[in-house]
Amino acid sequence: MALIELRNISKSFEDTQVLDNFNLTVNENEFITLLGPSGCGKTTTLRIIGGFETPDEGQVFFEGVDITNVPPNKRHLNTVFQKYALFPHMNVEENIAFGLKISGKSDAYIKDKIKYALKLVNLDGFEKRKIDRLSGGQQQRIAMARAIVNEPRVLLLDEPLGALDLKLRQDMQYELIRLKNELGITFIYVTHDQEEALTMSDKVVVMNKGYIQQMGTPEQIYNEPENAFVADFIGDSNIVDGIMVRDKVVKICDTIFPCIDDGFGQNKPVDVVIRPEDLIIGKPGQGHLDGEVVHNVFQGVHYEMEIEAGGFLWLAQNTTSYPVGTKVSLEVEPENIQIMHKPQSEGEEAIEIDV
Amino acid sequence: MSRKSLASPFLLWIACGTVIPLAVIAFYGFTDRSGTFTWDNILAIFSPEHAQALGLSLLLAAISTVICFLLAFPLALILKDSKLGQKGFMIFIFILPMWMNFLLRTMAWQVLLEKSGPINAILTGIGLPAMEIINTPAAIVLGMVYDFLPFMVLPIYNTLVKIDPHVIEAAYDLGATKKRVLFDILLPLSVPGIASGVTMVFVPALTTFVISNMLGGGKIHLIGNIIEQEFTTSANWNLGSGLSLVMMIFIVLSMAALSKLDKDGEGSLL
Repeated sequence: MALIELRNISKSFEDTQVLDNFNLTVNENEFITLLGPSGCGKTTTLRIIGGFETPDEGQVFFEGVDITNVPPNKRHLNTVFQKYALFPHMNVEENIAFGLKISGKSDAYIKDKIKYALKLVNLDGFEKRKIDRLSGGQQQRIAMARAIVNEPRVLLLDEPLGALDLKLRQDMQYELIRLKNELGITFIYVTHDQEEALTMSDKVVVMNKGYIQQMGTPEQIYNEPENAFVADFIGDSNIVDGIMVRDKVVKICDTIFPCIDDGFGQNKPVDVVIRPEDLIIGKPGQGHLDGEVVHNVFQGVHYEMEIEAGGFLWLAQNTTSYPVGTKVSLEVEPENIQIMHKPQSEGEEAIEIDV
Repeated sequence: MSRKSLASPFLLWIACGTVIPLAVIAFYGFTDRSGTFTWDNILAIFSPEHAQALGLSLLLAAISTVICFLLAFPLALILKDSKLGQKGFMIFIFILPMWMNFLLRTMAWQVLLEKSGPINAILTGIGLPAMEIINTPAAIVLGMVYDFLPFMVLPIYNTLVKIDPHVIEAAYDLGATKKRVLFDILLPLSVPGIASGVTMVFVPALTTFVISNMLGGGKIHLIGNIIEQEFTTSANWNLGSGLSLVMMIFIVLSMAALSKLDKDGEGSLL
């Protein structure tokens, strides 16, 4: 049985529809990430699960029990808030002990738990520290500690790394994965950072305008985006108009490319996604398309180049640098060409995909 | 013209309005009628009559402050949680009396509370016994609470609205009941506002003589009334000044104690 189930949830604030007939299932011990741009409804979804918002329609189930109208203080889950929301008038120890004292645990138990939690988040000895004496990263860890000492079944995390700098964010990502594995609890994570989502999650839910665009493992989301929104939102990508000539053959820029997709019919217009790192750059005449490098930027791991070929500006990433002006050819392996249905209308672009 | 000289009107104002009068009071306070130095005017506070008046002043001011707080805190909470449009209106309604002259408001209570006044007329009209509240300490407390309540509500409201709503949600998230959120989160986090409110109610209540004159019928002597009488009827400026200096010590002490609780001036009205 699913641990948490959202069934037909709709929610609007004043005139804005944030969620429309939204369905989501979360399984035990899963690291699930709600990913999307701001305003896509991911935070609202989290707040509905946490009990801070009541849906206009639909129900929330926890282990099969309807908890739609259960207040947050009666739910078996804890939240790590975006800005940590630590109690400013209490020290670290008092913050962590807050939930334990409410549930009436003994002083000895609380003391042990605080010690254990601080060790877990690598902040031993911080018991008496004041909140305003902590850095952002430390506050973030204390917020985690405060939530996990209560041994919740589910931990809700609302962009908890959003305010940290890049290096710290990457460290914390690994820390979160480690914590989840050590604690064995379900994480529901909200972020707009696709890299964060891909790094940490078992399951990613890509959202836009209150609808689920795609749900799957990070690999599925990255390698097989189901529509142009997902392809564009997750990583860099070239999204090109194409014609599906027949099964396993697609025409892009008036050139025939072999691919591995089928079932699109014959001579149907489609969207084609090719990741920049999947473009193979060669000598002119050796690939599918000939072109010229028009832009080249060094980005550390690779060079990012723009290549004008077949009337399209391709984004390519390669560890070898081809200076601006170089004549090159482009080639793509058939399995790296991802074919997607073209949306028939604006509305369909945001439509829910049944999973 | 240097930047400092721009402050000269203000300095002049401070000098004429605060420093010089204070110096004059200090001079009178420490001298007798012939102008020789004496501690008598200061030590006069220990005479039974004066000590009793000071004690009663402290008591009534403290009671008024407590009542103001008990009324103001729930009210500020209601204001905080009310919807945006309502909020402005409710605050407006609340501040409205503050714009009216304070003498006028006190006088209104004098009329309302009279033995044959409107309140008693209504009470006897519906068969209840008439209240004999006018000219009692209770009437003075009522007047103080009525006059000073807004000064308690506003600073508390100011600190309450500044509390991060996520902090309150975090408390609920960790299992706190409403009562727990009130006592463990809202109350401690509004201490700066409460301190500011207490100062703004306690200090004027401690020194008032108008409210006690009007609602106490001249029978109840607060320290303010005694000082006033020394200056007016007894024309003993030296004793009046001496007692004023003692009062000032109480005021400075209470303000210093309370300002410790409001380090960042969060609860200040202005």
